[in-house]
Amino acid sequence: MLSKKQARAFFLVGTAVTFLIFIGLTVYSLGEAQDQTNRDQLSESAIRGKWLWDKNNCMGCHTLMGEGGYYAPELTKVVERRGDAYIKAALMSPVPWQPNGRKMVAYNMSEAEANDMVEFFKWIGNVDLNGFETIVSPLAKKNN
Amino acid sequence: MKYKSQKVAYWFFALSMLLLSLQLIYGLIMGFAHAGMDGLHEWIPFNTAKAVHTNLLVVWLLSGFMGAAYYIIPEEAQHELVSVKLAYVQLISLAVVGVLAIIGYHFNIWEGRKFLEIPRGLDYLVVVNVLLFMGLILMTLWKGKRKTTTALVLTMGLLFAALLYLPGMIDFDSQVLDSFFRWWVVHLWVEGVWELIMGGILSFLLIKLTGVDREVIEKWLYVIVGLTFLSGILGTGHHYYYIGVNKIWLIVGGIFSALEPLAFLAMALFAVNMYRKGEKKHPNKTALLWTIGSAIVSFVGAGLLGFAHTLPQTNIYTHGTIVTAMHGHLSFWGAYAMIVFAIISYALPNMTGRKFYDTARGRMAFWISNIGMIGMTVAFGVAGVAQVYMERKMKVDFMSVQKDIEVHFWVLIIMAILFIVGITLYIIEFFKHGQPNDEALIE
Repeated sequence: MLSKKQARAFFLVGTAVTFLIFIGLTVYSLGEAQDQTNRDQLSESAIRGKWLWDKNNCMGCHTLMGEGGYYAPELTKVVERRGDAYIKAALMSPVPWQPNGRKMVAYNMSEAEANDMVEFFKWIGNVDLNGFETIVSPLAKKNN
Repeated sequence: MKYKSQKVAYWFFALSMLLLSLQLIYGLIMGFAHAGMDGLHEWIPFNTAKAVHTNLLVVWLLSGFMGAAYYIIPEEAQHELVSVKLAYVQLISLAVVGVLAIIGYHFNIWEGRKFLEIPRGLDYLVVVNVLLFMGLILMTLWKGKRKTTTALVLTMGLLFAALLYLPGMIDFDSQVLDSFFRWWVVHLWVEGVWELIMGGILSFLLIKLTGVDREVIEKWLYVIVGLTFLSGILGTGHHYYYIGVNKIWLIVGGIFSALEPLAFLAMALFAVNMYRKGEKKHPNKTALLWTIGSAIVSFVGAGLLGFAHTLPQTNIYTHGTIVTAMHGHLSFWGAYAMIVFAIISYALPNMTGRKFYDTARGRMAFWISNIGMIGMTVAFGVAGVAQVYMERKMKVDFMSVQKDIEVHFWVLIIMAILFIVGITLYIIEFFKHGQPNDEALIE
């Protein structure tokens, strides 16, 4: 029968080994050779767009790469789906955008800010999501 | 209660009850918005309600865990808390951080990162607060007469939870890296170190309520927390399937997250077996109900419902849908909310001297809140599956699907009201106990 000492060893060794493997896999998967995000194409404008995305907690309603609020549409391939002009109109609107009855906060962004957001969405749209981008509908054009 | 300083736990529990009440109000706002009634949009838009709802959950649970530690550690270490005054300072600062964060969310002051919305300035206050808390707990343990496994596992859980907050404070230009390390905090908290906290509290309660030998209970505690980390650490990979990182996580995350229910199954079997094995029949039936209930509901919510959508082949369809909310609600409720309710139910009569061990109101609070939460889970599940089918398989537009599933949110609201009735009864029972006093001290 298992003793308390053996149970403690199971906990300590099991934790240490899995933690080391986890760190190893993290280093491996985030290495340059494994990059699926086109990190060299991450422009200053796209970085400013990400900052706006965070600052306004867009994730509180929308989802991006499947992560977020489940209340407003997924935006992973929104540029491909809607085009720059539509996105900029939604972001620059001084009144709540509500094409389907569900209201969005009126961010009243400047044109420069809206451009940064579009650049951010473009960068996200080119990330390889291991097939999720072809399943999540109606995002991918080739799926429609 | 054996040590005067344990009384401080009461105020952490009271703060938990207050924040929980607020959390439920914001949950209702979200439910109505999903059902098509967003009349408060101008003042409380959905992203504000969501940030408040989820952050209040985290803060009231943390307050409950801290209260549990302030109650358990002196008794396990057989030593008074090293400074009650500093514990009150820590309590007040925790409440201040929580309130400031919530107010800020109503004025667009936050970081848009799910569960970690607290703005950076307040993050530093959180760090100071947690350092103070850990200092008090570790010093009490250090000075104590004994160091039990239960106390060590609980403290280890709290310490790791504090350390894991730090990766969430790193800034990244890439959304993919941001998301990757956000899960170091969120996943490794709720599917890792928080389970240590839960295990520590569960072990303490089983020792007190069943009378089973400490050595037996603590041996199984090691096995359970061992299983938790063995599966949970690499199980983080299930959040990395579709966020723009290497496919290796599909294999690693798939295998190890499929093993995660084992820890919860072990916890449920452990609690039920210890109860059946125990010869001591503690009169506090309410605490026992919440203790065993927590172990069983966490297995269903976190274990089974987690497994239902954790494999990559399923998750590719369910990722980013209401299905996640189904799993999230029952797992947080079973694993963490119910264990906090269990320790409160055990500690309150001991701190106040009022032995409300087995009241009709206490039993009703348990059953009504659980029926309400199970009903909410079913409503989320039906809405989620319908969403997956229509949106991901039939390619129907997001908003059209949202319109079609609105009806399920009315069911959700009805069940949420039932849940709130149960919670209200629990809170009434809480305050009926009165405040802690020295007359409740026992030799």
